Amino acid sequence: MIYINIFFSEIYKIIFLLLPILVSVALIVWLDRRVWAFVQKRRGPNVVGPFGLLQTVADALKYIFKEIIIPASANKTIFILAPIITLTLSLIAWAVIPFSNEMVLSDINVGILYLFAISSLSVYGIIMGGWASNSKYPFLGAIRSAAQMVSYEVSIGIIIINVLLCVGSLNLNKIVLAQENVWFIFPLFPMFVIFFISALAETNRPPFDLPEAESELVAGYQTEYSGMMYAMFWLGEYANILLLCALGSILFLGGWLSPIDIFPFNAIPGPFWMIFKILGLFILFSLVKAIVPRYRFDQLMRLGWKIFLPFSLLWVVLTASFLFFLDMLPSTG
Amino acid sequence: MLAHTLFFYFFSTITVFSAIMVIVTRNTVYSVFFLILVFISVSVLFIMIGAEFLGMIMLIVYVGAVAVLFLFVVMMLNVVEQITQKPKRSGIINNMSVGSIVGAIIFLELLVVIGGWKYKGTFLPLSFTSTNSDLTNTHALGNILYTDYIHLFQISGMILLIAMIGAITLTFSKRENVKRQKYFDQIQREKSSGVSLVDVESGKGVTFDE
Repeated sequence: MIYINIFFSEIYKIIFLLLPILVSVALIVWLDRRVWAFVQKRRGPNVVGPFGLLQTVADALKYIFKEIIIPASANKTIFILAPIITLTLSLIAWAVIPFSNEMVLSDINVGILYLFAISSLSVYGIIMGGWASNSKYPFLGAIRSAAQMVSYEVSIGIIIINVLLCVGSLNLNKIVLAQENVWFIFPLFPMFVIFFISALAETNRPPFDLPEAESELVAGYQTEYSGMMYAMFWLGEYANILLLCALGSILFLGGWLSPIDIFPFNAIPGPFWMIFKILGLFILFSLVKAIVPRYRFDQLMRLGWKIFLPFSLLWVVLTASFLFFLDMLPSTG
Repeated sequence: MLAHTLFFYFFSTITVFSAIMVIVTRNTVYSVFFLILVFISVSVLFIMIGAEFLGMIMLIVYVGAVAVLFLFVVMMLNVVEQITQKPKRSGIINNMSVGSIVGAIIFLELLVVIGGWKYKGTFLPLSFTSTNSDLTNTHALGNILYTDYIHLFQISGMILLIAMIGAITLTFSKRENVKRQKYFDQIQREKSSGVSLVDVESGKGVTFDE
């Protein structure tokens, strides 16, 4: 049966995509804590395994064997569904991320729209978790988070439009190939900065971690969660951060392309470049976490709507007119 | 082809089931979640007929933005009260009469539109630009929207903009006596205007004017 063959070959590919991602999420949590510790002149997790590499695995094991507590007044179905949705959404988005010209699970025409759609869906995990907990702090955290993610989604969308104007295609591989001569970070540098800050807000990272601001909201939408369900939120959050790093490296840093097309660099295969770039962006993310203090909520909203949105709209106009008048618009196809 | 048919029936069953659940469930939050499920499965159906751009836009606009706003409003309601409250008989009769009229009109419109589909080619030319099957459907859509229908497209954009501005002006109210942070004043503050050295006589203290 041909269907069964297709089914199993796809399952095989999916497993070989998801396992490395889950493992790298575990490693990235360790890296995050290490970088954070080094900035603060501490040592960070260094006991379990070599350099403390297995710390996250130990933490995950601890979470798995802890009891899952469901509050009596919680809405059970949605309470359980919320972490599942968060984790699933952060993992299915990896289906379209290209690690080299061929290494992509599904090379669809509207790849960037798919990524954008999935990242706009990830707000549901948080809203559902916050509402279903039926408790004050989670609800406040969920409302904050929804407002924050919807507003920064808008500016990320407009930044993506900027890049797409230069590419002329929604396919992620074509976006990467369009950067063969020059990475988009150079002509569109202000957009990269705004993208980076919006990505911090989109993933609820410090300095925009208001949904889980521990000094005001205990732990925000995760307050009532325990054990494995908390761990799923946590994994989903980090997988989302990695995803936005991947998106940033595809849009601005040339994805799996080597920086210069000469011998020692172009001998290194594409997936490695992709991983280096994701790691580089992630280290920037964790440095920001260690350095910058938390924003106030009204400042966050002001930054999103009154500064980023007009500025990125202006850049769309500039990019479009520049490309149009210099006759550099990309050919369709 | 078999797999395609199976998937179609799978997703269309979900669509119809959750569309019914939207109006049947007593819990408004559940009905918004079922509405989201309807949107998602409709966008899957769009993707299955090859309209991947429409499917993704459906996800981004309806699920990513519109339904979030619905949820925002609905989550504030007291759900427990709604579930325990029994609907009144007079309310049902009133709603049924209006609802059935609206439903009948929509049904007739659908009949006309879908029935007329067959004769569409004889009334209207399909498009002034020739459709090229090599193009991805994003490009094909753009080619039609920005050439033949540019005016309609821009007018609809204008209407949306006006609606947005209208909504903002209707809800905007300027509050008096609110202390606001002035960023530029804060940044421009100098040591000379902000700090002064005062000689304090013993036993008298300092009084600040202003």
